[in-house]
Amino acid sequence: MKAVIMGCGRVGARVAAVLDHNGHQVTVIDINSRAFRRLPEEFRGRTLIGTGIDEDVLRRAGITEAAAFVAVTNGDNRNIMAAQVARNIFSVPEVICRIYDPVREDTYRRLGLTTVCPTTVISAQILDSVMSASTRTALPLES
Amino acid sequence: MYIIIVGGGKVGYYLTKTLLSEGHEVLLIEKNPEKTELFVEQFGAVVVAGDGAEAAILAQAGAARADVVIAVTGEDEDNLVVCQVAKTKFHVGRTIARVNNPKNEYLFRMLGVDITVSQTDYILTLIEQAIPDQPFIHLVNLIHEDMAIVDAKVVAGSKIANRKIGDLPVPEGCIIAAIIRSGELIIPSPSTEVKEGDDVIAIAHRSIEDDLRKLLAKKNR
Repeated sequence: MKAVIMGCGRVGARVAAVLDHNGHQVTVIDINSRAFRRLPEEFRGRTLIGTGIDEDVLRRAGITEAAAFVAVTNGDNRNIMAAQVARNIFSVPEVICRIYDPVREDTYRRLGLTTVCPTTVISAQILDSVMSASTRTALPLES
Repeated sequence: MYIIIVGGGKVGYYLTKTLLSEGHEVLLIEKNPEKTELFVEQFGAVVVAGDGAEAAILAQAGAARADVVIAVTGEDEDNLVVCQVAKTKFHVGRTIARVNNPKNEYLFRMLGVDITVSQTDYILTLIEQAIPDQPFIHLVNLIHEDMAIVDAKVVAGSKIANRKIGDLPVPEGCIIAAIIRSGELIIPSPSTEVKEGDDVIAIAHRSIEDDLRKLLAKKNR
């Protein structure tokens, strides 16, 4: 499978590295060439400097043949726009978009984007742990 | 009218100033708190600090009763999201986005922005108009359809010189609306002859602009 990843931060680099390791053809886009240092040495995919909200950059990244597009820069709006370009202009079958703001995430999920909101996911996980800790300490007191 | 402006750069600043002086109710949303303080000093309590793409800020701004939301930040992605959130969450009737990359105009319209304004395109048009003997000028984009008004100069040796309008192979999706001859406006009929030096004003669908350009602006070979 061909995949285009926009944003080579911790998440982008990791997703790219795992896909590449599993034998997929990966292109990673970032506006900052230094970001590519996060990729492992054995990474065989392609890196491209530019912004994924520019159709020409996406085309150069091979978006027309991509089966998946992942938007994980640290800007919500940039991810949202790039994801919509990938979906509406290039008809990429699988488009995943990270949105930190839960309200915006809700809006765009309703509009049909596949979204991931780290804020809700991580706080839920933390709350789970906190709650179970409180029940653990509460139980002996009650017994 | 109640108008919300997002982005307090130069465009947002002058828009606020002008719309206020025209008597509209205006609210300017700007991210940078230092900037907003300055604006409050100047405009009074019509400025809010915050991210206009955030639904909470728009709700607080009363977006639900806004007639128009205008997004004029320097970032296309921010302008797009502001308009989309205004449209889908608050059902704002008219959203206007500034587009920095002219290529994004088409995308923004496709994604539900009502009106796009591309400074780059406007400046390009102005430059084209300022260059003498430019044979084909894109005058203005029409809002509702993907139409444009174009101006073609009939140059010496043009293919269309001395031919009747009715005989020209004008592509479908285009109408020749006027001819300007030595400063005089002529509303053409099919029998009107085109002369060298005329300006042919046409309304055309943007998809056939290139065909029209070939027909009108090219010389006989």
